[in-house]
Amino acid sequence: MSTTTQAPASEATDQDAFLARLREFVGLEATPTRYAQDAVNQAMIRHFVEAMGDENPVYVDDRAARDTGREGVVAPPPMLSTWLMVGYKAHTAAAAGAAPDTPMARLLALLADAGFVGVVATNDEHEYVRELRLGDEIKMTTVIEDVSPRKTTGLGTGHFITTLRTYTDQNDEVVARQRFRILRFDPSGAKPAAPAAADPALRHKPFILRDNAFWFAAAAQRRLVIQACTDCGTLRHPPGPICPSCHSYAWHEVEASGRGTVHSYVVSHHPKAPGYDYPLTVVLVDLEEGTRLVADFAGDAGEVEIGMPVQVDWLDYDENLTLPRFRAATSASEPTEEEGN
Amino acid sequence: MTSTFLSGRTAVVGIGATEFSKNSGRSELQLAVEAVSAALADAGLSPADVDGMTTFTMETNPENMVARSLGIPELKFFSRIPYGGGGACAPVQQAAMAVASGIADVVVTYRAFNERSGVRFGQGPPPAKTQATSDNEYRSWVNPYGLLTPAQHTAMFARRYMHTYGATSEDYGRVAVLARKHAANNPRAWFYGKPLTLEEHQASRWIAEPLHLFDCCQETDGGQAMVVVSAERAKDLPVTPVYIRGAAQGLGPDQYQMVSYYREDLTRIPEVELCARQLWAQSGLGPADMDAAILYDHFTPYVLNQLEEYGFCGRGEAKDFIADGNLEVTGSLPTNTHGGQIGEAYLHGTNGVAEGVRLVRGTSTNQPDGVRNVLVTAGVGVPTSALILSAEG
Repeated sequence: MSTTTQAPASEATDQDAFLARLREFVGLEATPTRYAQDAVNQAMIRHFVEAMGDENPVYVDDRAARDTGREGVVAPPPMLSTWLMVGYKAHTAAAAGAAPDTPMARLLALLADAGFVGVVATNDEHEYVRELRLGDEIKMTTVIEDVSPRKTTGLGTGHFITTLRTYTDQNDEVVARQRFRILRFDPSGAKPAAPAAADPALRHKPFILRDNAFWFAAAAQRRLVIQACTDCGTLRHPPGPICPSCHSYAWHEVEASGRGTVHSYVVSHHPKAPGYDYPLTVVLVDLEEGTRLVADFAGDAGEVEIGMPVQVDWLDYDENLTLPRFRAATSASEPTEEEGN
Repeated sequence: MTSTFLSGRTAVVGIGATEFSKNSGRSELQLAVEAVSAALADAGLSPADVDGMTTFTMETNPENMVARSLGIPELKFFSRIPYGGGGACAPVQQAAMAVASGIADVVVTYRAFNERSGVRFGQGPPPAKTQATSDNEYRSWVNPYGLLTPAQHTAMFARRYMHTYGATSEDYGRVAVLARKHAANNPRAWFYGKPLTLEEHQASRWIAEPLHLFDCCQETDGGQAMVVVSAERAKDLPVTPVYIRGAAQGLGPDQYQMVSYYREDLTRIPEVELCARQLWAQSGLGPADMDAAILYDHFTPYVLNQLEEYGFCGRGEAKDFIADGNLEVTGSLPTNTHGGQIGEAYLHGTNGVAEGVRLVRGTSTNQPDGVRNVLVTAGVGVPTSALILSAEG
């Protein structure tokens, strides 16, 4: 380890030290073991399933439950945490008074002192070992399982805290496990979200007909093709069933170089349609081969001008649709690497 | 060859419209029947006299609904024209042909919609345009990239025209300023009493560069109707006949709807030139004989193209022709004296046909002196149409 005093290294060292302090809590019981106030009972189950609209009879009908091979009525698995809830009175009292001195409280205080005062739950994973039966008496232990290194999120920087709640019965047998993750973050550092690029999947789709399907199939393979009359060789775009010059129905596709020049362009502002970023620059390109094509301009509006050389690039709209766009040609040489976005 | 058969055989004898608003508060069918009733009253005719109807394929009020609503007992002729505003003048041509051929005696042309309070054309492809048909296929080559509206489609041509001829946004803006000047003196116009300065045009927000907000026409609720009869019958009616001296449709090479981007020269509008060629041949008249013009102004740049295609000025000279004041009421070609679709109302150009009639009658609110012949055009960018309305048959 270098002893350099450069600021970034120092900052990194500070973060390492802070993380080490946070991680001293890993493995500790976050809060004292909590015991259910009531045994698993039919009355609470009935309230729950009625509220949820769950009409499965195994929760309320002893015979129906036995018909399924169970020993009697069982509790719906999603009720798991409800058996351990402390109730309104205790909840209100806890909120009003000082926080009990628990490892979790100390961990959160440490984070709060460092500015990580925001909180959001991010994950809640349940594992059910067995169904709860009437009369089960449940208790829950909560262990701090992990504290993450500092992460940068859309909400700001912070640390993820993962707790493992283990639910056991009157025989100390495990009935369920719950892994619960929160993010404690510094809301003051949250950057305003950059406007997300519009999702091209929302764009208007081309109408695929028998006469133009080949062109879009080629585009899906990132190949820019032009329809060519097999008899007289005339290129045509947009495609059609017959050569307007010699009236032949025979045609084949030829590969375009992908190079061309801007014949004209539009910078659109209003109205705004879903799937497009505005101001939206659209170019009309004279391809080297002599046909013309409309496509996106992959660059800033201020960059485009009539006559500028461009080269084809591609944009995936969705898994089935890829369409061309054009960017300023970097030189007269090979096109740049295609971008796979 | 172009026949002169149709020229002067028929006349517009009635015009009628609802008020032009942003929210009519009544059905599109009611707007249609109000407009038709007003046009018939203007002509001194009754619903029972009507035996033909023409309109747009985009019209939501079919002939049978208008006929039964008005108690029109029989229709011997009905036809519709596609391509939106490109059909502004073509239903009048249909009416003229039906009357001149003797198929029908009294044909009403109408267009009515709640285009502002209902389905707005400027918002993108209308709900019905979702079928994978040849009719919609052209959208495959523009829609995925976000060219969804007529303004966006038109901006591509406008940008190329500027590049080719050195026209500027201010050159386009002068078209809007003129329209609003005329509208300001037209009580029917939405922008009555509300002129626009070039500075205000330049400061208005971008819609699709190079088009500002005020390069785009309005969106309107309303209805407009016209009545066409034979020149002979017109003499018996209590109105000044306005003769149809020329009536043409045009669909050009490699034609698309709004996006004919694949032609060699995007500063040319061959289907407009095709209409011009026919009108001059039918009527024996030329650009110098036009005493006024109603040039379809859904977007200002296309007014410049039309001045050039009809031969009022040379290629690339329209910006100077406009700047020199030729389109003013006192100019050589008073244009869009009602305020156009920018200033009066957007009725797919049918309100422009009505203004053409008023100009020949001498009843425009911005009436130039000595108007005998008026050019009226239809939507540009799509297959289109045009008329010469005249004081002489």
